[in-house]
Amino acid sequence: AARAGLGHDGKLFDKIVIANRGEIACRVIRTARRMGVKTVAVYSDADAKSMHVQMADEAVRIGPAVSRESYLRMDKIIEVAKRTGAQGIHPGYGFLSENAAFADLCAKEGVVFIGPPASAIRDMGSKSASKIIMSDAKVPVIGGYHGSDQSVARLKAEADKIGYPVLIKAIMGGGGKGMRIVEKPEDFEAMLESSKRESLKSFGDDNVLVEKYVLNPRHVEVQVFADKLGNGVYLFERDCSVQRRHQKIIEEAPAPGLSDEVRRNLGETAVRAAQAVNYVGAGTVEFIMDPKQQFYFMEMNTRLQVEHPVSEMITGQDLVEWQLRVACGQQLPLNQSQLRINGHAFEARVYAENPYKNFLPGTGPLLHLRPPAESSTVRVETGVRQGDQVSVHYDPMIAKLVVWDTDRSAALRKLAQNLQDYHIVGLNTNLKFLKDLALHPAFVAAEVETGFLAKHGESLLAPPKLPASHNVVQAALASILIEQQAQLIPAHPYSSLVAKRFNHSATRDFTLNYPLDDEQHETARFHVAVNADGTYDVTVDAFGKPKYSITNIKSSLKDGVLSSYIGDGFYQTKVVVQGNSLNFFGDDTSFRFDYVIPEYISAAHQGDTAFSVSAPMTGKVEKVLAKAGQTVAKGEALVILEAMKMEYVLRAPFAGVIEKVNYNPGDLVEQHALLVSFKDDHKK
Amino acid sequence: ATTVTAGVYPTYQGERQASVLDGSVEANSDNFKENKTQMQALVADLKAKVAHIVKGGGDEARKRHTSKGKLLPRDRVAAVLDPGSPFLEFSQFAGYKLYDDEIPAGGIITGIGRIAGTECIIVANDATVKGGTYYPITVKKHLRAQEIAEQNRLPCVYLVDSGGANLPNQADVFPDRDHFGRIFYNQANMSGKGIPQIAVVMGSCTAGGAYVPAMADESIIVKGQGTIFLGGPPLVKAATGEVVSAEDLGGADLHCKVSGVTDHYALNDAHALNIARRVVSNLNWRRTLPVTLTAPEEPLFPAEDLYGIVGANLKKQFDVRKVIARLVDGSRFDEFKAQYGTTLVTGFARLHGFPVGIVANNGVLFSEAALKGAHFIQLCSQRGIPLIFLQNITGFMVGKAAEAGGIAKNGAKMVTAVACANVPKLTVVIGGSFGAGNYGMCGRAYSPRFMWMWPNARVSVMGGEQAAGVLSTITKEQRERKKLRPWTAEEEATFKQPTIDQYEKEGHPYFASSRLWDDGVIDPADTRAVLALGLSAALNQPTPDPRFGVFRM
Repeated sequence: AARAGLGHDGKLFDKIVIANRGEIACRVIRTARRMGVKTVAVYSDADAKSMHVQMADEAVRIGPAVSRESYLRMDKIIEVAKRTGAQGIHPGYGFLSENAAFADLCAKEGVVFIGPPASAIRDMGSKSASKIIMSDAKVPVIGGYHGSDQSVARLKAEADKIGYPVLIKAIMGGGGKGMRIVEKPEDFEAMLESSKRESLKSFGDDNVLVEKYVLNPRHVEVQVFADKLGNGVYLFERDCSVQRRHQKIIEEAPAPGLSDEVRRNLGETAVRAAQAVNYVGAGTVEFIMDPKQQFYFMEMNTRLQVEHPVSEMITGQDLVEWQLRVACGQQLPLNQSQLRINGHAFEARVYAENPYKNFLPGTGPLLHLRPPAESSTVRVETGVRQGDQVSVHYDPMIAKLVVWDTDRSAALRKLAQNLQDYHIVGLNTNLKFLKDLALHPAFVAAEVETGFLAKHGESLLAPPKLPASHNVVQAALASILIEQQAQLIPAHPYSSLVAKRFNHSATRDFTLNYPLDDEQHETARFHVAVNADGTYDVTVDAFGKPKYSITNIKSSLKDGVLSSYIGDGFYQTKVVVQGNSLNFFGDDTSFRFDYVIPEYISAAHQGDTAFSVSAPMTGKVEKVLAKAGQTVAKGEALVILEAMKMEYVLRAPFAGVIEKVNYNPGDLVEQHALLVSFKDDHKK
Repeated sequence: ATTVTAGVYPTYQGERQASVLDGSVEANSDNFKENKTQMQALVADLKAKVAHIVKGGGDEARKRHTSKGKLLPRDRVAAVLDPGSPFLEFSQFAGYKLYDDEIPAGGIITGIGRIAGTECIIVANDATVKGGTYYPITVKKHLRAQEIAEQNRLPCVYLVDSGGANLPNQADVFPDRDHFGRIFYNQANMSGKGIPQIAVVMGSCTAGGAYVPAMADESIIVKGQGTIFLGGPPLVKAATGEVVSAEDLGGADLHCKVSGVTDHYALNDAHALNIARRVVSNLNWRRTLPVTLTAPEEPLFPAEDLYGIVGANLKKQFDVRKVIARLVDGSRFDEFKAQYGTTLVTGFARLHGFPVGIVANNGVLFSEAALKGAHFIQLCSQRGIPLIFLQNITGFMVGKAAEAGGIAKNGAKMVTAVACANVPKLTVVIGGSFGAGNYGMCGRAYSPRFMWMWPNARVSVMGGEQAAGVLSTITKEQRERKKLRPWTAEEEATFKQPTIDQYEKEGHPYFASSRLWDDGVIDPADTRAVLALGLSAALNQPTPDPRFGVFRM
């Protein structure tokens, strides 16, 4: 039975359940541990070995990998809380964090929901309802139609009234789902239909609202906090303008370029908004801000946000601690006059995705993972370790890199350097893109707006350039030195007299590939001579450029660090070999070369798979179009795979006869799983 | 490989300094500088010649070869070796100016390298040189490689790409004991001794050549390149009228799928060499070192000083200890009988951790020196310590006193000891190698496991001057008997010159190496490396118990 006064007497929890996973679960555990609060993690089958499970004091399995059967199962989570004697449930973000029914259930079961009251979630959960409440509270809102008449004609008429461009949004929505910008009237109907379809799929509700679309807007949000005693404060604002597909990329606090007056006005408005719904706990009031710094209420996120650390860094507060204290009925640790902005903080979201392929999400193992060194000003918020998988089931975020410094430009330089020092091998990441963004002149100049990528994307999203010539030479040296490492048995002259030849030099011709993306690559051919004094002469014939030679290169590889004197420069680079890839992490550049697999090996390994189609990534079979015995033309669609919320159509690589289809719709398949095989007489 | 490591024993302060040689040189002296200049020129010439030799049959032949998708023979060797493996190549000068035709490296590349961790002999035909056909010197070089394999118990990998015997030279290639047929005789007998024989067919193996893969323990053939048949398509047509392509007659498909002559089917050269590496990795080859090992140490003095110490003028004396100080680990040398028979320097050292007994000339051999040498060689044989001979010898002492002192029988003792010692013997000719000195210092006839020459070296029955002197003395005596007028000094010089020239030419290391009187001409600075690689290879063979012939007392 629940303790009398639980959640109101200010007595700190003894134990809480964290109804989440990944970095946020780990984040909450850390603070709870520091405060002496025991933690109970919950996990799905896919997370059995995850970091949050190992960090928590206790961990309980709640179901299979699919979220709706595990992390979204309210009943199971409540049961876990009761079984383990936990007094509170921290929902993190996502999952059940903004689920009013869950908050209700917690209250009913006598467990404290570490978040706002259900009524506040409900009030803010509906975009149309919330705007009415906000208007009443004198919070500026943007013109729009939030009505219940969802007929196409009415919505279109309202759009015409508001004036184009307009924004269509799901009423129940969040995270950009179902959101459409309509530039002109003739596009409205198609965009509406598409928005409704996505909304239905994502939220089980296809009601939308239409509102004015502000040109060149900024996304500025205010961190607010309220306690159960009626106190409310703001912990200043964050600028999260730089987004892609309405998902944040780099967030910062404070928002650059605001006057004290605008800042105070913004903060006070946000507190007013929260109090209008009797808010409790951590919340974020999002505003859209036009170039004249006029701001309008967009929505309120009734949870701790992903990007809360930037607010922590500039205020010196631990918001999870605040959450726990407030949830126990304690007063807010500080009042408004005690809160000050100190310095500037950035957060970059490190994702498993390919920015150069339309941010195609990735899954797979983190074969090599070395985050930058953490300090009081550099935080790596993560829920994964080397060897973990970025799973198809959940968000492909690997980590949040948070840095602080005394001013914006110092913090930005620190961000770029730490992104460079973030070393990941095994899957595509957005690290390079993030670093390029951090160094982009417009970003450096704080010319932030939600259309930043649309405006500057051309350079930022252009496929990475070919590496510098000394990097190409480093690749040649590394590949030779790596091969030789295995034989360094010092006592044996056939090992220690490396590549010794008599009266002439050992030479070696080989090729490395420089991957442009997952499918295409450029080729670099090398001719390397090992001189009698142990130096190397390297001739490079790469990327269709003129050949060049660099002679008398001294180079060594020790503890995974390649040191080379190339020409009159000295270069040091970490080298990580993973499978067939050579990954280089230097002080200011990272690059990769791939070994060329000899034709005979690829031929020998083809065997069964030579005439087949396999899954390019882990995912779910959405549709099977091919049938055994069917004759298909080259390029004909065989299977549709859904992975990372995207559809992949797998097509016949050649004309032939299908021998076998190995999976049915709904099946989950691993990367490289053989989906369809062809009869091997297709080649004739 | 299993190794026995010498016990590390405690030493008194400074004790290890006791064996360190004084290797200091007067690098600023005119003599040193002159020597250095001379030797640098010789080494430069050596490298220039080898740079040409390693190109094989020239650009056009190389282009033709690679255009078929074949790797060049040296690239094949490199690809079959472990990455970073050294390659102790033999006799780069084989066939040098030996025939009217230029036959670089004798048309065949041989040497020792490490494959899948195992020291192996590699014999690779160079099809860019006369189609890889066997000239007499090609046969000799192939057989020498096999001899090295057999003496040192090294697995053999044959990279076959040869048109077989060179038909115009058949008389010097085919019929004799040490001719073409001996290759297969050796293969059979080595296989019988458990020395693996692996053949990679990367080109044609016609007629006799067909027996290389056929007699191998395991063979690999490259699709579309390798062919094996006793009679090629022209011969078949002539004999039976049957018209058949080379590929159908003896290609990879036939031999891997039908005849079973070859065991492994390779798609290309790289594939074949990868299979060969895997074959070697499955030999389960172990060697138990018959010697103790210590941690290798570099010498304290730079090898390049050898140029300035030795030079090119054989008449100039130098202290051979200055050479030893640049060859052995830590420049440590425990000299034996240092005060006795001082024209021969003997002593123990380590080279890349291997124990060695060094026998080095420091002047003409007197009776005492010969006795000391015989004693020392016996010591090394008893202890199983490999011997290194540093030859720089004009011969045994001549003259009345020497003969009366029994130089003949004392020299014979040393020759007996050298001949019978069955520990690995490695010889480096660092200066002159003349007369019976060549025998006593383990010349070619005394079957050293390996023998190398420095570019300044000379080898002949005696010096050119001496030979010319002997001949002119005899002629002068004849003229005297025939009452002819005595020669003028000028006439005598004119008489002597052709002999001097002949000896100079025939004593030259390139001339010697061209005929395989040694295993190669080396840069003096590489001496330590060749010795280390040679020792390591030699120690694959267990050392039998010592047995010596009668020492005439």
